[in-house]
Amino acid sequence: MGISFKGRDLISIKDLTKEELLYILNSTSKIKGNNLLKGKILASLFFEPSTRTKLSFESAMSKLGGSVIGFGNPQITSISKGESLYDTMKMVESYSDVIVMRHPVDGSVRYAAESVEVPVINAGDGVNQHPTQTLVDLYTIKKSIGKLENLSIGFLGDMKYGRTVHSLAYALSNFNAKMFFVSSEELKMPEQYLEELQERKVKVVEIEELSKVSSQLDILYVTRIQKERFPDPVEYERFKGIYRIDKNAIKNCKQGMKIMHPLPRVDEIDIDIDSSKNAIYFDQARNGIIVRQALLASILGAFK
Amino acid sequence: MDKTVKEYKISAIKEGTVIDHITPESTFKVIEILDLDKNKEIISVANNLQSSKLGKKGIVKIGSKFLGEEAVNKIAIIAPNATLNIIRDYKVVQKLKLKIPGRIEGTLKCFNPNCITNLEKVDTKFKVTSSNPLKLLCNYCERIMKREDIVLL
Repeated sequence: MGISFKGRDLISIKDLTKEELLYILNSTSKIKGNNLLKGKILASLFFEPSTRTKLSFESAMSKLGGSVIGFGNPQITSISKGESLYDTMKMVESYSDVIVMRHPVDGSVRYAAESVEVPVINAGDGVNQHPTQTLVDLYTIKKSIGKLENLSIGFLGDMKYGRTVHSLAYALSNFNAKMFFVSSEELKMPEQYLEELQERKVKVVEIEELSKVSSQLDILYVTRIQKERFPDPVEYERFKGIYRIDKNAIKNCKQGMKIMHPLPRVDEIDIDIDSSKNAIYFDQARNGIIVRQALLASILGAFK
Repeated sequence: MDKTVKEYKISAIKEGTVIDHITPESTFKVIEILDLDKNKEIISVANNLQSSKLGKKGIVKIGSKFLGEEAVNKIAIIAPNATLNIIRDYKVVQKLKLKIPGRIEGTLKCFNPNCITNLEKVDTKFKVTSSNPLKLLCNYCERIMKREDIVLL
């Protein structure tokens, strides 16, 4: 059965089957400097700050010949006057062919998508989902390691609030991955996500020290300890430095192990690692463009 | 005759519905979920009665009101062991089994304070991903609520 994304929303990575994930990743090969989206308008609505996601979506749209409207600071819009999300969406709907949206409230993007007819792509809703980052992560893994099946991946740092970890772990459960969650007790993977992975028959190990598992990993996915999620700045300071990696921390790793990071990093990865063959986090950021091009073109029905 | 009537001396009803075997902490939630405070018929409520099955239990009798499937299923969310008898002319004419529905719309509040349903005027929707233990997946914030997290709207 043929897969079509035309007119579809992308709200949660859980809405996609394994075949659909692969379809998007494989569609990247059909993007070749063309005007696939000429005349189409992307509304880019960022109710919360973003650098990479916002810029890469806007760049992806422009590269395909489309144009972009929107905002990155809701303070300058009617939202600051108390306009409801529903009203904002109804207005934007009439101005655009596809909407990309980030919002601080969990579930807001699904609600927004239900309010309008045009397709909506989630660029992050609170602590819930960030599905396009997961697509970029999968694409990066496939490109740098050559496969997605049967990998051992270690997630380091903030398992509790890191939505990229939750989404990527879920997506990789389609590919028989073995997962190691390396974090302190306080930043452990929430029970809900662990249960979900167990139901999907994933082999999961929770551990506090990276050195005990580093030699087994094909991928080390490092996360930022997110300051904005901590109400108490003292607590943030306590965790910030613990899960930091440098050349010494990875000396016992597999030779070909790849280090990923959704960025921005604060000081989780020493800059000495940037030049090593292990580091692929800047490729990861670069891959954001091609994957989002493939997604926009699929959703706007541009592929024959 | 309804045996429980004799046993507990709660006034019998001629016509209506008896919800029995409610866990005591859920008895008043049952009243809330069925909007019984607005009902004009005779309603008897007893709680913390001795029960061989549950230790203690609650019972609610609603005169002249026959519950539909939707209402019955709502009760199942908060009181899964409850039994439901339809009474006509003082006799049990039908025993209904409670079944947790696959989806629950509007009745419950999402327990996540940062969920859009708690911040804008949005009806809640939950998918029941497991009935025992009860797990309810919020359609919006994707958090999973358990029985102890349930708050009625």
